[in-house]
Amino acid sequence: MIRLEKRPQPSRTWTLASPILAVLLTMIVGGALFAALGAEPLTAIRTIFWDPLFNPQFASYSRPQLLVKAGPLILIAIGLSLGFRAGIWNIGAEGQYIMGAICGAGAGLAFYPSDSALIFPLMILAGALGGWAWAMIPALLKVRFGTNEILVSLMLVYVAESILASVASGLLRNPEGMGFPGSRNFRDWDAVANTEIIANTGMHFGVLTAFIAVIAAYVLLARHIQGFNIRLSGEAPRAARFSGVNPAAVIVFCLGIAGALAGLAGLFEVTGPAGQISIDFNSGYGFTAIIVAFLGRLHPVGILLAGLLMALTYIGGELAQLMLGLPGAAIQLFQGMLLFFLLGVDVFTNYRVRLNLGATA
Amino acid sequence: MYRRTLLAGAATLALTAGAAFAQDDPVKAGFIYVGPIGDGGWTYEHNKARLAVEEEFGDAVETVYQESVPEGADAERAITQMALSGADIIFTTSFGYMDPTIAVAEKFPDVKFEHATGYKRADNVSTYSARFYEGRAIQGHIAGSMTETNKIGYIASFPIPEVIRGINSAYLHAKRVNPDVEFSIVWAYTWFDPAKEADAARALIENGADVILQHTDSTAPQAAAQEAGNVITFGQASDMSEFAPLPRVSSIIDDWAPYYIDRVQAVMDGTWESQDVWHGIEEGMVGIGEISDAVPEDVKAEALELKAQLASGEYHPFTGPINRQDGSVWLEEGETATDETLLGMDFYVEGLTGDIPN
Repeated sequence: MIRLEKRPQPSRTWTLASPILAVLLTMIVGGALFAALGAEPLTAIRTIFWDPLFNPQFASYSRPQLLVKAGPLILIAIGLSLGFRAGIWNIGAEGQYIMGAICGAGAGLAFYPSDSALIFPLMILAGALGGWAWAMIPALLKVRFGTNEILVSLMLVYVAESILASVASGLLRNPEGMGFPGSRNFRDWDAVANTEIIANTGMHFGVLTAFIAVIAAYVLLARHIQGFNIRLSGEAPRAARFSGVNPAAVIVFCLGIAGALAGLAGLFEVTGPAGQISIDFNSGYGFTAIIVAFLGRLHPVGILLAGLLMALTYIGGELAQLMLGLPGAAIQLFQGMLLFFLLGVDVFTNYRVRLNLGATA
Repeated sequence: MYRRTLLAGAATLALTAGAAFAQDDPVKAGFIYVGPIGDGGWTYEHNKARLAVEEEFGDAVETVYQESVPEGADAERAITQMALSGADIIFTTSFGYMDPTIAVAEKFPDVKFEHATGYKRADNVSTYSARFYEGRAIQGHIAGSMTETNKIGYIASFPIPEVIRGINSAYLHAKRVNPDVEFSIVWAYTWFDPAKEADAARALIENGADVILQHTDSTAPQAAAQEAGNVITFGQASDMSEFAPLPRVSSIIDDWAPYYIDRVQAVMDGTWESQDVWHGIEEGMVGIGEISDAVPEDVKAEALELKAQLASGEYHPFTGPINRQDGSVWLEEGETATDETLLGMDFYVEGLTGDIPN
C-alpha cells in the first residue's frame, strides 16, 4: 500500500525540486499530446523552450520579448505574493492593473501634447495611485466590515473592465481616431513613450521597476520587521496578534502594495508594449500573475524565475503555433499542465510517501 | 578569349537559374486570427479563404497562421514573428491589429501587409473590408416582416462604426416594413465569447424578442434561440447552416477567398500595391446565405429582390430621408450616404432608443 505521511515541516529539498520536476513532467505529457496531434514531440518541446532563446532566425527578437512579457507578470506577482504570505487573497490584480493604466494614461492625456519632462513621472505616480486606490476598496471593506477580499477584489475586476470599455470609447478616446474606440497611441508621443532603456534588450521602465521590486521584496521579507509581521500573520495569525501585529495594518499594507505595483504594471504596459488604452489591452496579466506567484513559491527570486518561465512558454507557444501549425488550444493546455503538475508534485513537499509492503496496517 | 566568354556565359546561366529558382520558392502567406479557427464565424471564414489560397496555388504557396491572438501588445509580437519567419504577405484579420500592423510594417518594408477593417495605410499596408451593412439591410427586412412581438434583439460587439452601421441598416429596413418594430441592443464588448453571447441572447429573448441579430462570431446565440423556440436568427460571418431552417433563416457570409487569392497572386507577379477596398454584395465579398423555408414565400421574394437591387447598385441601404437619433436631418430625400460618413458613423438613426456607449 502507498501511504502519505504528513511531514512535520515542509521539505526544503522538495520545495526546490518540485518546480523542476513539474516542468519535466509537463514536457513529457505535453510531448505526448503534441505527438497525438501529429507534431514531432521533441521538435515541439525544442520550439517552445529553446527556439525563443537560441534560434538564429527568431532569438534576436524573441529574447528581448521575454522581458517585455515577463516584466508585468513579475511586478504584479511580487505584490500579490506579500498578501498571499500574510493570508490575504487578492484575486483582483487584473482590476488594479486596469485602473492603474486608466488613471496614469488619463493623467498624461490631460496634458497632451505637452513635451514636459514631468509628465511621464506624473503618469507613473497616477498609475500607482490608481491601482492602490482600487485595492483599497477590498482592503477597507475587509478591515471595517469583515468582507471577504477574494470576492470583493474579484468582482471589482469586472467593474474595472466596464470602466475600461467606457473610457476607451468615451472619455479617453482618440479625438483623431474617426470614432473608433481606443486612446491616442502613447508611442507616438515622445515625452511619455515607455521605450526601451537600452535598445533591443526589451528592457523598458516597467521591467526595470519589476527588478527593483524583486530586490525590495527580498529585503523586506528577509530583513525588515514589516516583512516578518507579514510572514507571521500568514503562518501563525494568533501568535502575530499576541506579538502586537495589527492585522488591519497588514491588510492595508499588503493590498496597497499589490495594488500600486499592479497599477504601475498597467501604466508601463499602455505607454509601452500595448501603446494605448483600448478595450482589451489588458491581456489577463493580473490573473496569470497569480500563477506566477505560486509557481515562484511566493519567494521574490522564485517569482523572477517563474515569470521568465511563463513568458518563455507564451512566446515559445506562439512560435510552436506558427512553425508547427499546432492549435492555440494545445498551447493553452500545455501551460495549464504546468500548473497542474506543480500543484500535484507539491504533495511531496508536505507529505512523505511510505510504501508498506505486506505490513499490518 | 573563348574561355572568358564561356565563363561569362556560365555566369549568365547561373544568374538566370538563380532568378528562376527564386520564383520557384513558394510565396509565404501568413494569417493572424482573432478567434479560434473553429469559431464557426469570422475567423472560420478567414481560415476557409486561407485554405482556398492553398488550393488555388498548390505548391507555389505556403501558408501559416496563428489563431486567438489577443489584440494589443501580443499582436505585435505575433505579426513580427510571422514576418521573421519569412512571410511575404501577412493578413491581419481584426480591427484591433491596426496599430500593431502599422508598427511591424515599418520594420519590414519588403513584406506586404493586409489589414482587415482598419483605416491606417502605408506603402506596404493595404486595408480591406466588406460592406456588411448591405447584408444587414436584407436581415432587417426579413426580421421586420417576421417578428410577431415587434421586438428585435441585437447583440452588438464593440461601439465602432462598422457595428453601428449594421444596427442602423438593419433597423431602417425592419422599420420600413414594420413601423412598430423596436430594437433592444446589448453591447457584449467581445467578438467571441460563447458564454457571454448566449447570456445576452437569453436575456433578450426573456424580454420578448423573437428575432436575434448578432454581430459577434460564435454560434452560441443560435443555440440559445433554438433552445427557446419560436425565435429566428441569422448566421453571422459564416452560414451557420447547421441551425437552419430554424432558428437560422438566412445569413451574411463573408467570402474573403477571391480577395486573398487576388492579393497573393499580386505578390507573385510583383504587382502588389497598397490600396483600400470596400467590397459588397456586387463583388461577392458579402454573400447572403440561403433563405430557409421558414420564411414566407412573399418575404423571401422581397428579400431576394432587395439583394438584386443592392448588387446592381440600383439601391443604396442609406437613402434619404433619414434623420439622426436626435431628430436632426442626416440625409435629404433621395440623397445617399457617402462612404466617408459611413466609415466614421458614430450615431444612431431616428427611432433607435438608448445611447451608443461612450
